[in-house]
Amino acid sequence: MVDPRPSIITKRLEGVKNIVAVSSGKGGVGKSLVATTLALALARKSYSVGLFDIDFTSPSTHVILGARDVCPREEKGLIPPVVSGLTYMSIVYYSGELAAPLRGAETSNALIELLAVTQWGDLDYLVIDMPPGIGDAMLDLIRLIGRAKFLIVTTSSKLAFETVKKQVRLLKDIKVPVLGIVENMKIAGSDAIKDQTKTLGLNFLAGIPYDPNLESAIGHPDKLLTTTLGKASKIVASSDTFSC
Amino acid sequence: MHEWALAEAVVNAAVEFSDKEGLKKVKEVTVKVGELQDVDRKIFRFALSQLEPDKLKDATFHLVTVKAKLSCHVCGNSWLFRKDKYDEEVSEAMHFVPEMAHTYIKCPKCGSPDFEIAEGRGVWLESIKGVK
Repeated sequence: MVDPRPSIITKRLEGVKNIVAVSSGKGGVGKSLVATTLALALARKSYSVGLFDIDFTSPSTHVILGARDVCPREEKGLIPPVVSGLTYMSIVYYSGELAAPLRGAETSNALIELLAVTQWGDLDYLVIDMPPGIGDAMLDLIRLIGRAKFLIVTTSSKLAFETVKKQVRLLKDIKVPVLGIVENMKIAGSDAIKDQTKTLGLNFLAGIPYDPNLESAIGHPDKLLTTTLGKASKIVASSDTFSC
Repeated sequence: MHEWALAEAVVNAAVEFSDKEGLKKVKEVTVKVGELQDVDRKIFRFALSQLEPDKLKDATFHLVTVKAKLSCHVCGNSWLFRKDKYDEEVSEAMHFVPEMAHTYIKCPKCGSPDFEIAEGRGVWLESIKGVK
């Protein structure tokens, strides 16, 4: 007759003031790094912050955070552990080192399950690391959490921004708020993405050049915040866009 | 006590449904419980009894266990899930997120993880009876 789980999702998130979905129509643009670093930067500003990795088939935020030997506690649901100051939830607690080969309907089911049973408590921000694309995960998030606001990540490549433009137009059409665009791995000297972002009527939140020190900072949250990505994330976290 | 969260969802959905149908009192709620998720029925039933709002005070909860039937997309084989074939850690992963079956279970005929959980996944609100 009816799946009971979606009915409780609003209640599970009632203590969360702001929900930010870090998304991109295109893969490989650095969503997980941007989501994790933004969450860390917000937490360093003394906000209470959660990070939810819903890229179920290729989760990576646990690697970025260097999260090891942690798992949720059972108490009237699942209470996520705190990792580097973030209330952190990932499917990797259950899949471990193994692949989770899920079709679209199964990713939806897993998302509904985790949204229904995770007890987030009181948070200023819940940052959601989305899988790439304009498919199941984005549509599910909009359906299940009506108040999520999207932060879109692109690279300087026309190939990435072509899809991002389509994604932004769709989100605008269906009246989903877009906080702005982050240009990651920015090509020096080009303002093309910044200019086009303004043409789309959106905030250009940051242009972040590739930092050769980034790879060695993965797994070390404090070091991550010293990279160009970390410094830009701190500026974004201090901007009016994130004034809680 | 993860069962508590699922019981809360069932109660919430039952109230929403009864409101929509104009039921003043709910008399019977039937919940299908899939074997794959391996919900502890005792805890689940206790949570239901503790959570029920006024509208469900007189309701009887029927819990119907449904065997988990898996069906392979690759070779078409269908088979029943057997909990005793998996260790505690794997069972627990599927308890929290039944889709983890695709991580730990393979089709016994062709070895593919590409199968459908056709029946018996988790908790499902099957029917509600009451008075208008």
